[in-house]
Amino acid sequence: MTLDKLKTGESAVIKAVGGEGALRLRFLDMGLIPKTKVKMLKRAPMGDPLDIVLRGYELTLRIEDAKNIEIEKTEENDHI
Amino acid sequence: MRFALAGNQNCGKTTLFNALTGSNQHVGNFPGVTVEQKVGDIKGQKNCTVVDLPGIYSLRPYTQEEIVTRDYIINEKPDGIINIVDATNIERNLYLTLQLLELRVPMVLALNMMDEVRANGGTIDVKMMSDALGIPVIPVSAAKGEGISDLIDKAVETARNKTKPVVTDFCSDDSAVHRCIHAVVHLIMDHANRAGIPPRFCASKLIEGDKNIEDQLELNQNELELLEHCIVEMEDESKLDRNAALADMRYDFIEKVVAISVVKCHESREHKRSVKIDRILTGKYTALPVFFGIMFLVFFLTFNVIGSTLSDWLSLGIDKLTDLADKGLTAYGINPVVHSLIIDGVFAGVGSVLSFLPIIVTLFFFLSILEDTGYMARVAFVMDKLLRKIGLSGRSFVPMLIGFGCSVPAIMATRTLVSDRDRKMTILLTPYMSCSAKIPIYAVFCAAFFKKYQALVMIGLYITGIVLGIIIALILKNTAFRGKPVPFVMELPNYRLPSAKSVGLLLWDKAKDFIQRAFTVIFFATIIIWFLETFDAKLNVVKDSSDSLLALIGQAISPIFKPLGFADWRVTTSLISGFTAKEAVVSTMAVLMNTSTANLGTALSGSFSTLSALSFLVFTLLYTPCVAAVATIKRELDSRIQTVGVVIMQCMVAWLCGCAVYQIGALL
Repeated sequence: MTLDKLKTGESAVIKAVGGEGALRLRFLDMGLIPKTKVKMLKRAPMGDPLDIVLRGYELTLRIEDAKNIEIEKTEENDHI
Repeated sequence: MRFALAGNQNCGKTTLFNALTGSNQHVGNFPGVTVEQKVGDIKGQKNCTVVDLPGIYSLRPYTQEEIVTRDYIINEKPDGIINIVDATNIERNLYLTLQLLELRVPMVLALNMMDEVRANGGTIDVKMMSDALGIPVIPVSAAKGEGISDLIDKAVETARNKTKPVVTDFCSDDSAVHRCIHAVVHLIMDHANRAGIPPRFCASKLIEGDKNIEDQLELNQNELELLEHCIVEMEDESKLDRNAALADMRYDFIEKVVAISVVKCHESREHKRSVKIDRILTGKYTALPVFFGIMFLVFFLTFNVIGSTLSDWLSLGIDKLTDLADKGLTAYGINPVVHSLIIDGVFAGVGSVLSFLPIIVTLFFFLSILEDTGYMARVAFVMDKLLRKIGLSGRSFVPMLIGFGCSVPAIMATRTLVSDRDRKMTILLTPYMSCSAKIPIYAVFCAAFFKKYQALVMIGLYITGIVLGIIIALILKNTAFRGKPVPFVMELPNYRLPSAKSVGLLLWDKAKDFIQRAFTVIFFATIIIWFLETFDAKLNVVKDSSDSLLALIGQAISPIFKPLGFADWRVTTSLISGFTAKEAVVSTMAVLMNTSTANLGTALSGSFSTLSALSFLVFTLLYTPCVAAVATIKRELDSRIQTVGVVIMQCMVAWLCGCAVYQIGALL
């Protein structure tokens, strides 16, 4: 599944980072790389963008862009 | 000695810069770009300056900020780099550090917010981290001023001894990435040395497909093919593409460093608190009401309470001073023209502009608090969906909203936008948000011509401005600003208390900036208008304002406004004087029509029909903003040609819209 499908409060591990150009490089620079754990924190009041936690910080990204990130859901719900 | 201060956004860089320098700061731009450059003298050190580089996450050549940073370090060759790192968010912060290390410049690491880490039960073994990274690591708290003198001492020592970073290799031995990097270093060594760029940095950047470095090294076809061959082999072997492979290598190394030197705390109090606050400030049903509540309060306090009171006091002071100068000059028996120049030109012109100052300072007081607490990032998060369609991000919302109060601080506020493209586009759109100085014009005309529908016409004008802004944005998005916008992938920092010093310094900075402009561009503009108002074509002082040069110009250009329905020279003349300040439109019109402002409404019915009054209102809504705003646009765009272009474009759009209103209205 892709990152945009993750529900609030759920955690996952990144499998692959797609997309192209500046967007993809930005993802990589911000630490969204394979094997990284992420957790969905919330959605903006209008439903988009998303707010996730990774590597101990909060990052916001748009749904359309989050579709480029392949993830695998994990059961653990602890602190990331 | 010169130091460069580099770090991510939201890591306390500005606070550290202020702590290092005190108030000895000069603000300018990096050469050729509109990225702000702050330089300051380091406290307690002789001949030591520090340059505040933009807050960035990586050294890729994708944003102007990143290019400015790497160009500064490579070309200007600072004696040392101070890399500030947020200890509570260590992994992502060290990502930039690894790229800076490749530049082979003496460097120290300032580990900021160590107090927060400790308070939450975490620890960082500074010695261990310093060994692992091969550079001195100094724990500091920029906000509390702790560890600053240690940091300065260590930075000066490292730079004086020219101690380069010890660790240069971040790839694990015998990995595909390792082999690739070392092969590339070997391949390009001569070229890199000739170009004066560290080979290791070149190698990483070439593998990442960095065109700038490729051009600078002047590699030949054969070498380019060899380079590509090395990279493809690495991609095959590591099963990752080139960019992911390097990012993976860096984060891998960072995770190892963190594993041996950091005991992470459980979720920090600061983050828990942020999540709680966000439940309201970004909550599904509360976010928008709270946002508009906050903005209403900011506007109310600025325009009705604090700013306006201060403005009144200031104008009172200026009036007193004018009075005093007036009496003094009269008693001295000075030439009446010089008298008029000083009193009606200098004092009146600069005085009217200066009375903006309290409004600007008050507004920036609130804006900087909203920015420093981390709330602005939330506004961008909440509003992003609305602005995305016109090719902007949520970050542009607040500057445009401020535009309804006054364009000057609104345009100044675009400085906080990260992307140059977004910043320029926001600057162009802000004047379409009808500023509060135009209200008197609307009020007079609405009362005279649209008695029944006053509120409707007013609201209609505001909406017309917004709609035109949106149309212009869509046109710009598909023409001048084509191409991909900077991706909206933004950090939401924890909420923090703003530091009084940072807010104070920012206010001082903005006030100084505005006063400088008031006494240069705005000063000249008001003198020119005074000159045109005072003299006739034979350079005699006019008795009747209808003989003045300004009126002559008004007469000359009035035919242009025939298609808009108001070819009266008195109207065009007042539009010209509106360039100094929009309030002047009404007062000039009253003077030229030989009536008082209160009775202007009745006098106007001689020159306007209901329809031409409407086209006039549309024209005033859209035509060039006042000189203070234009001067600000020039400052922020840093280009005279572009600024003139903006003004011409605005006047043309205004003319076309006014014309459309009058012509279409005449058909109905």
